[in-house]
Amino acid sequence: MLAIDDHDLGTPERKSGANSGAMVTLEIDGRGVTVAPGTSVMRAAALAGAAIPKLCATDSLEPFGSCRLCLIEIDGRKGFPASCTTPAEAGMKIRTRSERLTHLRRNVMELYMSDHPLDPFECKAGGRCELHEMAKVVGLTQVRYAAGGRTHHDLPADASNPYFTFDPARCIVCSRCVRACDDVQGTFALTIEGRGFDSQMTAGQHERYIDSECVSCGACVQACPTDALMEKTVLAAGQADRAVVTTCGYCGVGCSFKAELRGDEVVRMVPNKDGLPNHGHSCVKGRFAWGYAIHPDRVRRPMIRKTISDPWREVGWDEALGYAASELKRVQAKYGRGALGGITSSRCTNEEAYLVQKLVRAAFGNNNVDTCARVCHSPTGYGLKTAFGTPAGTQDFDSVLEADVILVIGANPTEGHPVFASIMKRRLRNGARLIVADPRAIDLVRMPHVAADYFLQLTPGTNVALFNALAHVIVTEGLADEKFIAARCDPREFGIWRKFIVEPRNSPEAAEQVTGVAAEKIRGAARLYARGPNSAIYYGLGVTEHSHGSTAVLAMANLAMVTGNLGRPGVGVNPLRGQNNVQGSNDVGSFPHELTGYRHVSDPVLRAEFEHEWGVTLDPEPGLRIPNMFDAALDGSFMGIYIEGEDIAQSDPNSQHVAAALGAMEIVIVHDIFLNETAKYAHVFLPGSSFLEKNGTFTNAERRISPVRKVMAPLAGKEDWEVTCALSNALGYPMNYAHPSAIMDEIARLTPTFAGVSYAKLDRLGSIQWPCNDAAPEGTAVMHTGQFVRGKGRFMLSEYVATDERTSARYPLILTTGRILSQYNVGTQTRRTRNVVWHAEDRLEIHPHDAEQRGLRDGDWVEVASRAGAIALRATITERVAPGVVYTTFHYPESGANVVTTENSDWATNCPEYKVTAVQVMPTTRRPERLPPDRVIAAANPGGGR
Amino acid sequence: MEIHHLVKMANEIGGYFAAMPDHEEAVSAIVQHLRNFWEPRMRRELIAYARQDEGDLKAIVREAVLRLEAPAANSD
Repeated sequence: MLAIDDHDLGTPERKSGANSGAMVTLEIDGRGVTVAPGTSVMRAAALAGAAIPKLCATDSLEPFGSCRLCLIEIDGRKGFPASCTTPAEAGMKIRTRSERLTHLRRNVMELYMSDHPLDPFECKAGGRCELHEMAKVVGLTQVRYAAGGRTHHDLPADASNPYFTFDPARCIVCSRCVRACDDVQGTFALTIEGRGFDSQMTAGQHERYIDSECVSCGACVQACPTDALMEKTVLAAGQADRAVVTTCGYCGVGCSFKAELRGDEVVRMVPNKDGLPNHGHSCVKGRFAWGYAIHPDRVRRPMIRKTISDPWREVGWDEALGYAASELKRVQAKYGRGALGGITSSRCTNEEAYLVQKLVRAAFGNNNVDTCARVCHSPTGYGLKTAFGTPAGTQDFDSVLEADVILVIGANPTEGHPVFASIMKRRLRNGARLIVADPRAIDLVRMPHVAADYFLQLTPGTNVALFNALAHVIVTEGLADEKFIAARCDPREFGIWRKFIVEPRNSPEAAEQVTGVAAEKIRGAARLYARGPNSAIYYGLGVTEHSHGSTAVLAMANLAMVTGNLGRPGVGVNPLRGQNNVQGSNDVGSFPHELTGYRHVSDPVLRAEFEHEWGVTLDPEPGLRIPNMFDAALDGSFMGIYIEGEDIAQSDPNSQHVAAALGAMEIVIVHDIFLNETAKYAHVFLPGSSFLEKNGTFTNAERRISPVRKVMAPLAGKEDWEVTCALSNALGYPMNYAHPSAIMDEIARLTPTFAGVSYAKLDRLGSIQWPCNDAAPEGTAVMHTGQFVRGKGRFMLSEYVATDERTSARYPLILTTGRILSQYNVGTQTRRTRNVVWHAEDRLEIHPHDAEQRGLRDGDWVEVASRAGAIALRATITERVAPGVVYTTFHYPESGANVVTTENSDWATNCPEYKVTAVQVMPTTRRPERLPPDRVIAAANPGGGR
Repeated sequence: MEIHHLVKMANEIGGYFAAMPDHEEAVSAIVQHLRNFWEPRMRRELIAYARQDEGDLKAIVREAVLRLEAPAANSD
């Protein structure tokens, strides 16, 4: 079922452009209309206000021409062609209405309705069933075919999916669901089975939905014109009566959604067709896993306690904020100005992150503010800023549709960024070549209609050696883009780098010894990438979360520059950001050394601008990063912290160290929607608001600022930005904003790359990619087009330095970590939804060879021990991982994946080395304290339905 | 702060910049990195450590650290 206020034009838009030919003018029912070449008659008619009846057509899918309802008459042509598959041509004269057409359409509808309830009140789509609507449009009032004939009415419904049902009795076999699964999602999980009357849509190999390859993206549900595929929330609550456009609170794709409400109750989330990151598509998390927002575990009242061994005491906002402020003041008076700090969150809005860093800098009087990007993409910030001049991805998402070669490294888009992965898969199906570099065989390596040309299964921790070898081949085989380098890059830096990269130690043969990837494969991949002609790099935390993460980002920048793959659509260096607002929280000054727009605090002219706006004197020195805060807490010089929307006790490495640091502090304020692991060490708990409960903006991985709009009232009474303001006011530093739009106005005043951003413009354009200023008033899709932001591109040396984390006889395996589609990061949100059906526990993937050596069978409990600690998980035996490598996810606190990760970190940014931990794996009788999977599922959703 | 941790971090920074062919440029880059990204109390402790003796600091890192001016102590 389409979104409540969608106007479906029947077939997709065709763009006019230099290569597509002239616009086409035709006449439809006597009205002239001009459209881009390739536009269907159906779409042209809809644009001309003469909508043609249809069932199998929808503008999110290419036309199929099966329902025979959209027939038309064309002057000078015989027959009644389907308007959905007939391209508009210049001079065409078309009739969409005639007695003959009405007769034909009515006959078609009569056949459909003979196997469907005639009474619209019986339809669960509640007045939004396209079949009933079309019956009305063609004037069908009765069906002549006698009752008692064969029907599909008795077919059983499939309610196995936790979020939607499939009722084959209501299916008209229009194939919209199948085509949505194939063309939009790219999973190919659905098919039409049988012939003629026996034709039936089925998932997988005639399986239940839950047992099939279906990834529950919801594309089929959205495409269904009847009540055959329906959300369970709609079946329970009824149809929505209004919609609010907002932005998803999960990954860095930042999908635009319409939150559909019935009264004040959210009924469903529908991906916004006009949303530029997602173009009307979604994944299981954004589409369905929003029930955590109303989960009974949500904390609705502030709480305080003297010590962390005391029970929590619920209090009013004034008392909680007053206590927090008095404790912060006490600690600062006792230990000094630098004894306090704060952490902003990538799950909060730009406006909220901005206020937290402002609170730290202006009210605490230091720069001890950091953000969770520290533990994910801080090397991206360092590397891309150093090489190009700005720490952000170079492209928009749609750029991938113009790529000829796609290099995916250290990212698993189908699990971590599924909506972008669908766009990427579409391009791959249409001919782009693919190189995957990963220690683990991710799905993209081989899946329906997608296969990597090169799968470089490298040893964890050897990215830099691989990048250097790729560059070595490009330079030594004469594949460098000398023209681009001469025009766009610093010649001195390039000369130094060129001398370095051609050295034999950077050859594929040398890299083979380090990475485990055959030299010939490296050579082949390098040639493919260099010859593009449009080659694009997409990467994730598998690149950044290493002791050499920043070097790896610099090495990727070198690769893109040496091949001239920057500054136009289809190319670039593109970080896939893990969380919804990683980019934005960094943009608005969350790092301890930078004010908004990535400008260093030591700049006196810059500080003067902020001092004038904020009315305080600012500290010119960089503040503590998160891991430095922990160290300082343990030496007694950092004793208080305000943490908004972050669960550092679960998400940061070496959990024991984090716990000791938090336990040493005298005032820990946790501001979150749930009592998370970090709250165990807190003295004040301030209940937060979910993304559905506030106004603001998120900025996704393509630098796109998108609106977050309040869909329902905050459960605890305050939006998060209001809480930070209130805390600041309680501390004596006034913060008074009428609305988050005023906060964005302040950011725009202080930040050149945001100078043109305002809520009014966001309302007008829908979203804006920064930089947005006088030079680019509507934003910037592709960066570094004429020149790099820093002027000349900077080649940086990228010497491979092996991590200190080495395997040994005691710890012979390398543990690396990742994510799964249905869960999100540490699982705080998704563990409180029915997504746990797909992933009720974290498991350890181990190669059959390593399992056999240890006498392990699939499902056995194992102890995973590192130099830092030990955890217990169940084993999954799989050839996805290479011998010597094991892999786990980190979505459940009981699994304690970060108990075993070490304190090694990136040399430039202190981003933890999550991806390389030497471990031993042995059978164990030990069991973590956790609920069995069936109880996990029950606890995730005590209210049922969502 | 745990001095051995600071020394390890500083040596890793030095490990990156030491690859630069020009020694002076490498030392300056280490100095600038520490100024840009290290909070004053971290720099102070590292400077004090470097002034005592060579310890575990790489030579190029010690050279850079000794060029850093000690930030003023946080007095308030």
